Amino acid sequence: MGRKLQLDWITILLYLALVTAGWMNIYSASMEETQASFFDFGQIYFKQLIFIFTSMVLIVFILAVDAKFYERFSSIIYLISLASLLGLFVFGKNINGATSWYSFGAIGLQPSEFAKAATALALGKYVSDIQTNMRELKHQLQSFLIIFLPALFIIPQPDPGSALVYAAFVFPMYREGLNYIFIFLAFLSATLFVGTLLVGVQWMFLLTVTVTLLYFLYRRKRKKKRIRWFNYGFFVIICFAFTLSVNYVFNNIFEQRHRDRFNIVLGKEVDAKGIGYNTNQSEIAIGSGGWTGKGWLQGTQTKGNFVPEQHTDYIFSTVGEEWGFLGSMAVVLLFIFLIIRVLFLAERQKSTFGRVYGYSVASILFFHFFVNIGMVTGLLPTIGIPLPFISYGGSSLWGFTILLFIFVRLDASNYINR
Amino acid sequence: MRKLLLLSIVLVTGVVFASRLFYLQVYNTSYEKLSENNAVKVVYDYPQRGYIFDRNGELLVSNQPSYDVMVIPKDVKPLDTLEFCKLLNISKEDFVAKMERARVYSPRLPSVVLPQLTKTEYAALSEKMYKYDGFYIQKRSLRDYQVGHSANVLGYISEVNERIIKENPYYQMGELIGMGGVEKQYEEILRGKKGVKYLQKDRFNRDIGPYKEGIYDTLPVRGSDIELTIDAKLQEYGEKLMVNKRGGIVALEPKTGEILALVAAPNYDPSLLVGRERSKNFTKLYYDTIAKPLFDRVLQGEYPPGSPFKTLTALIGLQEGVIDLDEKISCHGGYNYGGRKKLGCHHHVSPLAMIGGVAHSCNSYFATVYRRTIDKYATPQEGIDRWRKHLLSFGLGDYLGYDLPVGKKGLIPDSDFYNRYYQYPKYKWYTPATISNSIGQGEVLLTPMQMVNFTAAIANRGYYYKPHIIKNIVGVDTIPSAYQERQNTTIDPQYFEPVIQGMNDVYNYGTAAYIQIPGIEICGKTGTAENYIKIDGKRMQLTDHSVFVAFAPKDNPKIALAVFVENGYWGSRWAGRIAGLMIEQYLRGEITRKDMEDFVLNGSLMEEYEKPYRDEPFTINQ
Repeated sequence: MGRKLQLDWITILLYLALVTAGWMNIYSASMEETQASFFDFGQIYFKQLIFIFTSMVLIVFILAVDAKFYERFSSIIYLISLASLLGLFVFGKNINGATSWYSFGAIGLQPSEFAKAATALALGKYVSDIQTNMRELKHQLQSFLIIFLPALFIIPQPDPGSALVYAAFVFPMYREGLNYIFIFLAFLSATLFVGTLLVGVQWMFLLTVTVTLLYFLYRRKRKKKRIRWFNYGFFVIICFAFTLSVNYVFNNIFEQRHRDRFNIVLGKEVDAKGIGYNTNQSEIAIGSGGWTGKGWLQGTQTKGNFVPEQHTDYIFSTVGEEWGFLGSMAVVLLFIFLIIRVLFLAERQKSTFGRVYGYSVASILFFHFFVNIGMVTGLLPTIGIPLPFISYGGSSLWGFTILLFIFVRLDASNYINR
Repeated sequence: MRKLLLLSIVLVTGVVFASRLFYLQVYNTSYEKLSENNAVKVVYDYPQRGYIFDRNGELLVSNQPSYDVMVIPKDVKPLDTLEFCKLLNISKEDFVAKMERARVYSPRLPSVVLPQLTKTEYAALSEKMYKYDGFYIQKRSLRDYQVGHSANVLGYISEVNERIIKENPYYQMGELIGMGGVEKQYEEILRGKKGVKYLQKDRFNRDIGPYKEGIYDTLPVRGSDIELTIDAKLQEYGEKLMVNKRGGIVALEPKTGEILALVAAPNYDPSLLVGRERSKNFTKLYYDTIAKPLFDRVLQGEYPPGSPFKTLTALIGLQEGVIDLDEKISCHGGYNYGGRKKLGCHHHVSPLAMIGGVAHSCNSYFATVYRRTIDKYATPQEGIDRWRKHLLSFGLGDYLGYDLPVGKKGLIPDSDFYNRYYQYPKYKWYTPATISNSIGQGEVLLTPMQMVNFTAAIANRGYYYKPHIIKNIVGVDTIPSAYQERQNTTIDPQYFEPVIQGMNDVYNYGTAAYIQIPGIEICGKTGTAENYIKIDGKRMQLTDHSVFVAFAPKDNPKIALAVFVENGYWGSRWAGRIAGLMIEQYLRGEITRKDMEDFVLNGSLMEEYEKPYRDEPFTINQ
């Protein structure tokens, strides 16, 4: 040791750029014209500034710790994290109908934001174990369990959005040898679900039969040998049964608000002032930005009609309104560069642990990015999860900072050992 | 390939987002106009809430206009606070607190400053409002109750809270929502849909007409009126009878399952929960934890049913073929099942067969029938589950599926219940351990609503319709199909006649002989249910609950009802009399047994209810 850490400055600069962009937009969204002094501890933008400074302190600590620590203590970190989620049922504070917070005086901590990093560590540790073979069903199921447990504790808070994030871990698992069939099935059921709601059971059935038949003919022509048509028939029947169940699930198991969200996104219902209020206002705000936007602090009136969540989950609409197409694309590109950079670094890790962890980081960042911007631009139904580094919130910012910088630390030691 | 999957998805997502942003921000220019700075103001147009009628078309609930003073904090300019407070007739501290709360909720969304002004207050205020930027008056419609009864049925409306707003974005601060009874159950039907208007404004913030000739505006849709199955006269009479008593009355039309009356006592005047006194009154009702006026005893109260349950024991015994109609069983002042104490019985002629057993409510008779029913099967577990299956078919042991937003399941124990209770298989248990179920006193719990439901099923000789309160939705002219499906019990029709004859004989010479009503053939069953209370951890037995179920006329029944009077002692004393009066009121429209009416109207149990809180020893069952 004693040598200087070889930090990946590209990642760090992308991080700093996103955090800065986030704070500027939070300032704009939460500032009031009548506000006399900048240094008002009650103001949202000022609190975020404090969160950013504490994040810098956190980063120093994370980088100071030896990289081996994270691998060695990952199980303990994971267990502590699970305990903190369970503890919510006893000590949690109910804010806006969800018990997701510990309250320490003025500070609230949301353990689900930290559980992601803990789960990524645990998964990395498990997969990198010499005895683990991700092509075996037993090991696949055990790693699913690692991922599933925190999600299970988060759902009843209730915070289904944060629990859904754990689906992102399917990417690192796939990278390490999980059968492609899982990805295929997830994709297939999503397609069937949305398709059925859009065009109805009959058309989906016709479509399934046609596609399967085409594939069948294609296979037969190429292989020139008998293939079992029975399998294809079975596949079609399963698809058809699934399609039939969609309407039932949609009408009887979903609650009205879930149905409304789907209907609005699928364009089956236009309801500007009722249920689609958030999404509609968000689209108007983004849409009114034009090429270059109205300028920082200048987008006022449309924001005036927002529900009071614009500085958290809907922060991207402020970006769209005040910075326009160019500004929004800049943020989108920053995210994409960051995710790709992390992926690239993950691939060059020498240890499986580092690679799996890096993949997890990239997947979680991507999932948040995809769901949040999809929701704000009206492409996805309303699922309330924050935009990493940009949305207001101490736990969220700290959680993502820890997630990312543990990886930066792992990567740095990877470089030394080379 | 494995390395490329996530990478390609990320890239595809980037392209999709880029196209979407391009479409929203550059290609489609209509958004830009819609958000022109300071140009558009949104005004909501609230429709009339639907009226509520009773089954005979009597108007129960209509609307009255009301006016709220609203504020958008960020638009407020410095103002003469003192003058404004004087105008609104509130204190300065109050005003400052309300403004602070509004600012915390949202500087840009409207909040209520002063709710529910009267028409006169509105008139005085409206011409001066222009002086105060950021404040305006929003017209709303409030409920206007035409009757002073049925508060538990009708429910009430109140301002949405932040939790509701978060769950359902249709609602905004200050809007009203149904919070109980049919107001909650049929909220979306009664509410209609609010309309929205976009108004163009100039740079002085004055309205200069509809934005874009109103192409984005929507019209409000008026809420539908609904007709309830309640008979207002009967309901009012029932509430009058229950004054100074606690408990409830529920009456059904057996042929349809329509709820004719749903009385929970104590009750309150629905008008108490309207207007500016609303919150003060609500707090008072809410914190009355002894009388519990907001607790609907008919739907939420789970009680041991007592002797009316014996009719079911008899029916199940007949269906299972364990008892003959003519077989007489003797009673020596109780049923000896091997316990330290026998299951006691009151004084009556002995031995008795089925019809006499019901009429005299003989405990020994039903204990015998129950024991034979369970012991018919190889194990008590099997027997209990069989017995339970019959009871479930009467709608007991689970939510009944009626259209009111509160309810309880009651309890019909199954074999798992007793296995847990007696720690089977470590300890074995046999039928006598559950013998109290035979007379409705063991683990069995029913809500009064469930009691009337099984009574209606007996009146119908074997089927019922799910109880419901909706008679018609005006304009839609139908009710949910669940209320039009006949529910069959597991008992064959021929077994009902002897039990019904027994219930008729309860009136002819049995436990309710002295409260006959000349000219009406009533079938009923008395009940006297033991009960306990815990105050400061001390368990005390209180005076028995007075229970009565009945239907009439005997053939072609028009009304079935269950009456429950807490601590009213024996069944026919209070509940039986009330049931008789309700039946006569419904069938005849007038009362001939004035002596009975006087007894009930003037009688009070308040003395009885105070006993356990007096901190001194007291006697029960006097």
